[in-house]
Amino acid sequence: MQKHIVTAFEEELQNLSQKISKMGGLAENQLTMAIKSLENNDYELAKRAILSDKSIDKLELEVEEEAILMIAKRQPMALDLRRIIVTIRISSDLERIGDLAKNIAKRVIKINGRTPKSLVSGFSAMGELAKTSVKNILDAFAASDVDKAIIVWQNDKDLDALYNSIFKEITEHMKKNGDHIDYCTHLHFAAKNIERIGDHATNIAENIHYMVRGEMLSDDRPKSDLIKIS
Amino acid sequence: MSENKIANKYQVRDVNVFYGDKQALFNIEVDVLENQVTALIGPSGCGKSTLLRCLNRMNDVIDVCKISGDILLDGQDIYSKKIDVVELRARVGMVFQKPNPFPKSIYDNVVYGPKIHGMIEHKSDGDEIVETSLKRAGLWEEVKDRLDSPGTGLSGGQQQRLCIARAIAVSPEVILMDEPCSALDPIATARIEELIDELKEKFTIVIVTHSMQQAARVSQKTAFFHLGKLVEFGDTDQIFTNPHNQQTQDYITGRYG
Repeated sequence: MQKHIVTAFEEELQNLSQKISKMGGLAENQLTMAIKSLENNDYELAKRAILSDKSIDKLELEVEEEAILMIAKRQPMALDLRRIIVTIRISSDLERIGDLAKNIAKRVIKINGRTPKSLVSGFSAMGELAKTSVKNILDAFAASDVDKAIIVWQNDKDLDALYNSIFKEITEHMKKNGDHIDYCTHLHFAAKNIERIGDHATNIAENIHYMVRGEMLSDDRPKSDLIKIS
Repeated sequence: MSENKIANKYQVRDVNVFYGDKQALFNIEVDVLENQVTALIGPSGCGKSTLLRCLNRMNDVIDVCKISGDILLDGQDIYSKKIDVVELRARVGMVFQKPNPFPKSIYDNVVYGPKIHGMIEHKSDGDEIVETSLKRAGLWEEVKDRLDSPGTGLSGGQQQRLCIARAIAVSPEVILMDEPCSALDPIATARIEELIDELKEKFTIVIVTHSMQQAARVSQKTAFFHLGKLVEFGDTDQIFTNPHNQQTQDYITGRYG
């Protein structure tokens, strides 16, 4: 790809991509902390996960402001236009991932280490899948790699399937143990949050596809999330 | 949009243009659709103005200019011997980069063309043409009380609209515009762009512009030229959001060079 004649524009675009990478790194880290704090019932780590959300929010605002300024100043066309628009969307997805991770961390305190042993490994597995998706989708964005993005997009069904089975397990557990409903509800929300993080990764995948190819990913994503009503 | 229902106003087929030994256009194939705005873009010297000038045979006045291939207007070859060039230019009007009103009154500027084409029998015919043309060019309200003042006394943007009024006074079918806004300020430019949008209801417009944003704003079809070749031709919406050709992409994103 040739560089822009106007070097400042080139730098602004690079700066924007770097901010996304930075946001992505923070979101990944926050998610890792949230999952780990859930696994180990680690309050301190949960608190750190909650606090780190602020930096992501701040970066999202910066990305938005810079992107708007670039549209006004550079009047971007074609690939540049798509990249800038997509960057705004991706930053919003990453911000949401941060929010969801924060929400998981908040629930750690409520759940208070009462996660039934049979469920802990399920949560770990979901966490791993979500982390992998987020990591891979950020790599795909950095490399403008559509094929890699599509793999993330397709793999989300595994996370959905895992969520389904955890959902069932939690429901079963609640049926048998009426006094566990309180923390199990939090547990369910935590699982749902992880599943939603996967959805944001697929949003990013769709945006990468649009950015590179100029066309929307139109096929319906393979789904195994049969419970999902809304 | 049911595009296949729109008629081809021009069919440009395998056109090559030479200025002496130098070839300016290579095997150009373009369809200009009726009642649409077609923008020709590309770096200086790419041949876009050359093609524009072929469309009403303005290149005839250049001795060393030779053209091969076919340019059909409503299916008729405009380079055929049967074509009366004066008549052709009445059907295909032109607006230039710099506003060039005649050193005459506003009224006479507009009525000049219709007069020489014998469109005026009574003075009232002229009055009507002047009013309609100036109204269509969006200038009537600004000049209706001073039609006797010299056209050259108007502002740049007004002069350009006067030239557009003069071009449409002879009821052409096509208007060719060669960078019509490059000498105008942004507000005058916006007025011309608004006008282009209205004019396409009645006329077919081909515009050469150096402003890609302008091409994106006013046209429905865009042709990108480079070194005398037509690199990409397509829907304007597609060209500026998702061009298929790498050269087009490099040019419109400011990477060309």
